[in-house]
Amino acid sequence: MDLQLTWFILVGFLLAGYAVLDGFDLGSGLIYHLLTKNDGERSLIRTSIGPVWDGNEVWLVTAAGALFAAFPMAYAMVFSGFYMAIMLVLLGLILRAVSLEFRHRDERFKHVWDLGFIGGSFLPALLFGVAVGNVVRGVPMNATGDFTGSFWSLLNPFALLVGVTGLVMFLSHGAHWLAVKTEAGFQQNVIAFRSTVHWVFVGLVAATTLYTALAERHHMTTNLHRWEGWVALAVLVGSIAWSRWSMIKKKHLAAFFGSAASIVGLVGLAAVGNYPDIVPARGSAAATSLTVTNAASSVLTLKVMLVIAGVGVPIVIAYSAWVYRQFRGKVRIELGQY
Amino acid sequence: MNALTLSRIQFAFTIGFHFIIVPLSIGLALMVVISERRYYKSGVAGDLGAANFWTKLFAATFALGVATGISMEFAFGTNWANYSRFVGSIFGAPLAAEGITAFFLESVFLGVLLFGRKRVSRRMHYVSAWLVLIGAHLSALWILVANSWMQTPRGYKIVNGRAVLTDFWAAVFNPTTVPRLLHVIAAAWITGCFVVAGISAWYLLKKRNQNFARRSLRTALVVGLIMSAAMPLLGHFQAIEVGKHQPVKMAAFEGHYKTGGNADMYALGWVDSGGQKVYGIPLPSMLSILLHAKPSAVVPGLDQVAGADRPPEQIVFQSYHLMVALGILFVLIMLAALGLDLLKGLETRRWMLWLLVFAAPFPIIAAETGWIAAEVGRQPWIVQGLLRTSQGVSPQVSTAEVATTLIAFIVIYALLFLAWLRIFIGIIRKGPEQVEAAEEHAALVHQATHEEA
Repeated sequence: MDLQLTWFILVGFLLAGYAVLDGFDLGSGLIYHLLTKNDGERSLIRTSIGPVWDGNEVWLVTAAGALFAAFPMAYAMVFSGFYMAIMLVLLGLILRAVSLEFRHRDERFKHVWDLGFIGGSFLPALLFGVAVGNVVRGVPMNATGDFTGSFWSLLNPFALLVGVTGLVMFLSHGAHWLAVKTEAGFQQNVIAFRSTVHWVFVGLVAATTLYTALAERHHMTTNLHRWEGWVALAVLVGSIAWSRWSMIKKKHLAAFFGSAASIVGLVGLAAVGNYPDIVPARGSAAATSLTVTNAASSVLTLKVMLVIAGVGVPIVIAYSAWVYRQFRGKVRIELGQY
Repeated sequence: MNALTLSRIQFAFTIGFHFIIVPLSIGLALMVVISERRYYKSGVAGDLGAANFWTKLFAATFALGVATGISMEFAFGTNWANYSRFVGSIFGAPLAAEGITAFFLESVFLGVLLFGRKRVSRRMHYVSAWLVLIGAHLSALWILVANSWMQTPRGYKIVNGRAVLTDFWAAVFNPTTVPRLLHVIAAAWITGCFVVAGISAWYLLKKRNQNFARRSLRTALVVGLIMSAAMPLLGHFQAIEVGKHQPVKMAAFEGHYKTGGNADMYALGWVDSGGQKVYGIPLPSMLSILLHAKPSAVVPGLDQVAGADRPPEQIVFQSYHLMVALGILFVLIMLAALGLDLLKGLETRRWMLWLLVFAAPFPIIAAETGWIAAEVGRQPWIVQGLLRTSQGVSPQVSTAEVATTLIAFIVIYALLFLAWLRIFIGIIRKGPEQVEAAEEHAALVHQATHEEA
């Protein structure tokens, strides 16, 4: 397998890892607004993600760093082209990080920090999907690989649909997480909510698929011509069924893993349908898409980084898994927690 | 103002803000390890309260560091797209490595540190503090590798107008990486020591938590004196490399215009860029002596390059001199305070305690001015000698967009700074918690059961 494809897969892996892990933090932040009735329930949600959200967010930081290192042309194009959208994501991430830590140390402004946590979860949860929608659809760019559209052109119907699908995906994933982590009355509310949201998620996935088939046909065709596309599709459909079955059987952890697999399936479909493009050019004929070849870093960089990632990422996964294990089980409010 | 100027202001503001938090959180992480070690060894309630106290201050600071740090990683792509294209093959690698080797370690084990008191053994809790500290230092290593490459690029060749990596180790260990790393880490430790000393001195003045304060003060003064005394040597070590590889920056540090021997240093001064000289108190031939150990040694001046290739002299000169002056002051303060403490005369000299309280933020000012001297001194280059700052900006991001985000950054960062300061001071006012005997007992029982298992 060539280096550039390996790095395409690795960046995809980091992004999928981010969506799966921080995904339930973002979803929990939305449920924080939608479902809680008192400070006790709010504290429960904050404590459930307290020990892990920061590490989860590092998946995004590392994915962005890996994109910069492996495909600098794509990093430069996406981050400068989507300038205002990236800044809004950043605003969300800043607010969330600070709000979660400051909330429990600052009784007087707790409503401000609650708002920061909710808004800081909402902005990234919506905008990540909008970004993926545009990258799947292709963006207008010139010969030097610079974006030629406007902020408002990013908010096209297809990208917005993908954005809403992503938002609901995170919401559903967060509900799966909280069904695992909470108990008694609040858990019952979460479970009822999860059932509805999961159906909405399935409906939106179907709608996005239909929209893609009608308007972004090339993406769908590419997926259907590749066995990897069929695998991703099978993972998506299988995991949705698995989650629903587990929900009926009240196996919350199994349902959560199903939800994680659905996210991986969707990221897989987006990636397989785009390859070898990272960001396809749309519209102007002169422009060439940013592909794994023309956007890539030097071969030496890719090799060195492969060694670092090959050694480092398994270690990260191992100790992260250990930490998750220490915090397994239902959330209890203990000394020194949120 | 155009998008370029605004992007420069935005980058300077956001990273300057981030760099207030960074040395402080590295310094506090050190104190967390020291206090966690005490509790690990003793298992007594007072030590647990102390460990929790420093961890709280660290966590509140770290949160702001994480939040403002993500901005930096995004900023290269958002505002400096052409820079990112130019250096991507080299500069992106340390950023990715920082994520994999440093940020994960810090963030994942901070979770254990904050939430794991009853979930993991006392030993594992102590180990977690070490892992957070190691992560913080690895993070400093990688970002300084990236920064040093911008100052003294090595291990590359230019292909189709872009820097391409040819030798990874040469790029990583370019001439300024090691001196810069030692200099910055020493600065962070000094920052931590001064803040810890300031907090402890304040408790002694208020006659609160005195046993706690005496211990942490002694630790801070000992480590603080060692690091402050080492700093002039570390600074000198780095200055020699700057003199060798960035002679224009070195000349700007001292307002040295005319190439020649017997180059002066200045204790204080004002640069007259029109008249191309410095008014002030000169230390005759000291620049030649410090760089080459010989008064007659020729030191290249600013006249080696055209005016357009020089950094703004005044700001570089003043920030550099303020940093050096503060560095000398730190040695004096630490020496006096530790001396008095050893002679058991510190607590009776309230003025000295007040001096420690007011001096607490000084190392942050020194770090900021040092950073200004290093980065402004590199101008007009974004990568020394290879790419100008003006060539690195994102071509299609509009003035209005950058103006909007700059205003947003200023407003939000100012509010977050005030909130952080309020919480930081609030934690200090509240003081280390008096952990109940029952809590302590529960912790010990938990420990025992873990060991059996």
